[in-house]
Amino acid sequence: MFAELWESFTDALEDLGSVIHFLFRLIVNTPPVLLRFSLISQQIFNSGALSLVIIMLSGLFVGMVLGLQGFQLLQRFGSEEALGTAATIGLVKELGPVVTALLFAGRAGTALASELGLMRATDQLSAMEMMAVDPIRRVVVPRFLGGVIAMPLLAAIFSVIGIYGAQLVGVQIMGVDSGSFWSQMRSAVGLTDVTEGIAKSLAFGVACSLIAVYQGYYATPTAEGVGRATTSTVVTSAVVILFLDYLITAAFL
Amino acid sequence: MNQRAPIVDIRNLDYAVNGRPVFAGLDIQIQRGKVTAVMGPSGTGKTTLLRLITGQVSADSGDIQVAGQDMRVLSRTELYVLRRRMGMLFQNGALLTDFSVFENVAFPLREHTDLTERLIRQLVLTKLQAVGLRGAAELMPAELSGGMSRRVALARAIVMDPELLIYDEPFVGLDPISLGVILRLIRRLNDTLGITSIVVSHDVQEISTVADQVFLLSGGKVVAGGTPQELKTNPTEIVKQFIGGLPDGPVPFHFPAADYFSELMSRSEDH
Repeated sequence: MFAELWESFTDALEDLGSVIHFLFRLIVNTPPVLLRFSLISQQIFNSGALSLVIIMLSGLFVGMVLGLQGFQLLQRFGSEEALGTAATIGLVKELGPVVTALLFAGRAGTALASELGLMRATDQLSAMEMMAVDPIRRVVVPRFLGGVIAMPLLAAIFSVIGIYGAQLVGVQIMGVDSGSFWSQMRSAVGLTDVTEGIAKSLAFGVACSLIAVYQGYYATPTAEGVGRATTSTVVTSAVVILFLDYLITAAFL
Repeated sequence: MNQRAPIVDIRNLDYAVNGRPVFAGLDIQIQRGKVTAVMGPSGTGKTTLLRLITGQVSADSGDIQVAGQDMRVLSRTELYVLRRRMGMLFQNGALLTDFSVFENVAFPLREHTDLTERLIRQLVLTKLQAVGLRGAAELMPAELSGGMSRRVALARAIVMDPELLIYDEPFVGLDPISLGVILRLIRRLNDTLGITSIVVSHDVQEISTVADQVFLLSGGKVVAGGTPQELKTNPTEIVKQFIGGLPDGPVPFHFPAADYFSELMSRSEDH
């Protein structure tokens, strides 16, 4: 019993170690890839632009729910005008980065993992190595960087649309005063709130992209293996996002 | 460089996977300019041999020289330089699925050279013409048949003008026409480009028609070598079994198992 627990603990540590080793390989190979920016921009498009619709729709609905719930709560204290502040801080610091990252893991992370896993299963990665092209440099690093760059942009778009959604419900439907909604928000939301949100989404971007490319690159080259890689990309990403979220929130206190 | 020296020279090589020996004391010399076939029953490490030659895995002990380079001391950078002089055809082609046929063949050129678009276009079209698929340049890999993908992969393998061209099981799953095409291409590319070809296969009849030299691997060693004619008259049991396609012989029909009768009679719980 204890032996098994110990074994799974050491296994987990080994996994963590190899993920970090993989991250170092990616970082070492980053400078030459930066010179071929077209490779990265293609991946920003794949991970970012193609996730836009789901991010914008979710942002709108999350914002609208915030507007409703926030209005109901604040009404009890007679301070509905604070709705703008409440919704904005909630979105910029917490919901924007976290929900974006969770959606990103489901939309772009799975796509990355299964793409790399299939390239491994169909010998495309070995073929590149045989053509003296390093697949880490040509395939993995651009995808990783694309994800890292796309995530903060997506989170920002999510928050902006969310604030619009909160405004839509709070001001247009529930009748909060438009002037105080915006002015209270502008005076109460500080730069550190925005910085915290950006720090979070950058960290989530690194974590999600790293997990996705790692799972894909080392996927067992079978149909089942690729499926497993895709699933564990989502599961691992979700847990890691929420864990990192706590750490970064605590660090900004 | 000495043109007479073998392009691949393996001496007394040992290689094991997870403690299970794949090669023990392997000796094999592959001559320049020839088509050399490596045959053997499934699981004798034919593909592993290719991985050793291309430096995807490294030997436990023994000597392995490829194109005059000692593979055991090669750094990663030197290995990549050496690989530009090799082309390899994977079993299913291994084309990059998000690129068109043209871009697949152009891929090594774009990665390794600064040629103008015009020159790349000419080179790619010449190579595609050589495999008879110039008309398919704009197709995507998913639109190709198995034989066609392999021919595209062949065009990609020769686009950097390699000295050594390696085929991993090029005939698996092909219809007779595609198979004939690939066979003819192996011979023609070898002679017109003046390269060396290594073909790993277990299709005895097919490969005998194009190979200059045949090696038969079994049990981690070369058990026979020579021209296809010499192999056909080789009196060794294992060669006779393999060339003749006999179901039983030195390579047993039965996977090692417990005694048949006692296993049938025993109750399943005893397992």
